[in-house]
Amino acid sequence: MGIPYSYSLRNLWTRRLTTVLTASGMALVVFVFAATLMLSEGLRKTLVDTGSWDNVVVIRKSAQTEVQSGVDRSQAAIVETQPEVAMAEGQRLVAKELVVLISLPKRGTGKPSNVVIRGIGAPSLLLRPQVKLREGRMPRPGSAEIIAGASIAKRFQGGGIGETLRFGMRDWTVVGIFDAGNTGFSSEIWGDVDQLMQAFRRPVYSSVIFKLRDAAEFGRVKARLEADPRLTVEAKREIRFYADQSEAMATFLNILGVTLTVIFSLGAVIGAMITMYAAVANRITEIGTLRALGFQRRSILGAFILESLFLGLLGGVVGVFFASFMQLVTISTMNWQTFSELAFSFTLTPRIIGASLVFSLVMGFVGGLLPAFRAARMNIVDALRAN
Amino acid sequence: MFIIKLLIRNAFRHKLRTGLTIVGVAIAIVAFGLLRTLVDLWYAGVEASSASRLITRNSISLVFPLPISYKDRIRQVPGVRDVSWGNWFGGIYKEEKNFFPSFAVEPRSFLAMYPEYRVDPVELKSFLLDRKGAMVGAKTAERFGWKVGDQVMLRGTIFPGQWEFVIRGIYHGAAKSTDETQFFFHWDYLNEVMRRTVPRRADQAGYYIIELKKPDQAAEVSLAVDATFRNSLAETLTETERAFQMSFVSMTEAIVIAIQIVSYVVIVIIMVVAANTMAMTARERIPEYATLKTLGFGGLHIAGVIFGESLVIAMAGGVTGVILTFPAARWIETELSQFFPVFTVAPSTICMDLAAAFIVGAVAGIFPTWRGVTIRIAEGLRRVG
Repeated sequence: MGIPYSYSLRNLWTRRLTTVLTASGMALVVFVFAATLMLSEGLRKTLVDTGSWDNVVVIRKSAQTEVQSGVDRSQAAIVETQPEVAMAEGQRLVAKELVVLISLPKRGTGKPSNVVIRGIGAPSLLLRPQVKLREGRMPRPGSAEIIAGASIAKRFQGGGIGETLRFGMRDWTVVGIFDAGNTGFSSEIWGDVDQLMQAFRRPVYSSVIFKLRDAAEFGRVKARLEADPRLTVEAKREIRFYADQSEAMATFLNILGVTLTVIFSLGAVIGAMITMYAAVANRITEIGTLRALGFQRRSILGAFILESLFLGLLGGVVGVFFASFMQLVTISTMNWQTFSELAFSFTLTPRIIGASLVFSLVMGFVGGLLPAFRAARMNIVDALRAN
Repeated sequence: MFIIKLLIRNAFRHKLRTGLTIVGVAIAIVAFGLLRTLVDLWYAGVEASSASRLITRNSISLVFPLPISYKDRIRQVPGVRDVSWGNWFGGIYKEEKNFFPSFAVEPRSFLAMYPEYRVDPVELKSFLLDRKGAMVGAKTAERFGWKVGDQVMLRGTIFPGQWEFVIRGIYHGAAKSTDETQFFFHWDYLNEVMRRTVPRRADQAGYYIIELKKPDQAAEVSLAVDATFRNSLAETLTETERAFQMSFVSMTEAIVIAIQIVSYVVIVIIMVVAANTMAMTARERIPEYATLKTLGFGGLHIAGVIFGESLVIAMAGGVTGVILTFPAARWIETELSQFFPVFTVAPSTICMDLAAAFIVGAVAGIFPTWRGVTIRIAEGLRRVG
């Protein structure tokens, strides 16, 4: 016969201070564990949402980012006429874009940070259905008008609607704010590509982006573009392109997260072990009595492991509860590969909740295993004679 | 003397529990020390920068170049001793993961301005004479097994093509914190190739480095340089090398802040664990404390015993942690050298480590001490462990 679950639960309640201290230690660890996962997930989601599966980005060969790339007008024209390009509303869905970095001062602190300026063409919005104009209107072609991403409008001086930004020896009026959700585009400024090329004296485009009429045709068009002797370009699916852009950042966050979690969980497991050893030591007589009443060694082992699992779960639930508030936080930092600002937020998914709770249970189990064995191995007579 | 002996004996009465606590504190101190070092590294470039050097770049942002003709006009600005210039090259050696910073520089003036890069005079001479010559830091040379005379091929990401170099010199840092991973080659080589292949990108410098006659003239000279090019096609932004480096750091500030917060969270977690241990210890020994009181020992004495024990355990963990930090840092330096070329634990970090361990011990001891001091004799004796 097993010992009732309530025995394990009630023991935790009896030694409230110890329980609270141990569980809060675990809660902190689970909090950090969940927060790291949420950060990676947020970064991943931002990048996946930024790209589309059936969009192709064409940049100069061996340039890793759009900023480094250069595609001249004749090359862009060749890309534009590929048969795989989709059509909509009577036009080809190809955008020849310019991407440059400028540094702008942030609101509040005035510290400069790098921002992406994207020169767009008419099809650019059609290629990116996730981008929506939230306020104002689109810039008129041929004018010094720009639209700013929601996150730029909020965080940079002069980024709000009606305000002006000065770059390329000109003042640019922000006539609209666009919302691109949680994507990299929210941290960009868009304007007419021809105006921007003139202002920055750049005779070449940075990239050519087009939508495939059939997503499965990517392999064929990639092979043809890269083999064409007139071109020195490479083509990538847009999703892949954005994932590559932040590889260093993602790797860094993962290494940091894993290292911290390992170190922290060692601390928490030690905490649980200390607690459970003390729990066993305090209850030697009790354990003897239970054994004398006929409970098996196995039941004793189970009861103590269960107690430790409860302890872990308690920490896990509290940790996940507090971590869920991290969803309100948005991190904006420079992406090392593109040297531009990227804003992303902590994202909680059911998978992360599950992983965190399992992690807390594992910590509880590991911490409780040795003490539970000690309790189970105890000799009835010795245990009863103690004290 | 007696009290110290008592403290140590007390601390190790429950060997397993004390041992676990010490291990816990030690782990936390190692983590804290490494995280602090990581944050220090973030600012290493800022720390290594000189106050007597200015950096001039395009005011729009770093990705826009400046005409090479600016060098003579900058040289004429009062207070400027010498000017050097260069381009961020961003070359890739075989694979992207083999990253190291590479620059095209004007070698004579550049090396004169940066005495922290030390090169053998013979190597220096052959580097200056060879247009395809390159000079590389000792760490990078060691990483790829490069020796003087080796041919190296880099793939350009910003300047397209395959670029051939001959290693002519290997530099060593004057200080331990000097970055020994960089790769320098002749700006003239870059420029000649650009003239031939992409003429519109020739005769341009990514940045200028200005050496000042007097460091305290930094502000005036910066303003004078920027005024010279105001309303030109390429307006400039001149700032001290320190501010320039700082601008990179501040862009990644969110991560630095996160690491800093985490390093304190480690301490809080371990404080909770240690407090737990001390609370248990004190609870078990309350009859003992009551007995001591009966014998006539004052509250202060009892407090000393409990508090002291907490400190002994925490400091034992702290010292163990400090000792372990060094091999851990060494391991990171060798195994993760592409991310962290230098991973040196600063003396101030050691002090912070020990202070942190002390705080853990003190905070963990407060509550049990208070319990031990305030317990009344009769109550304490009546208690059954």
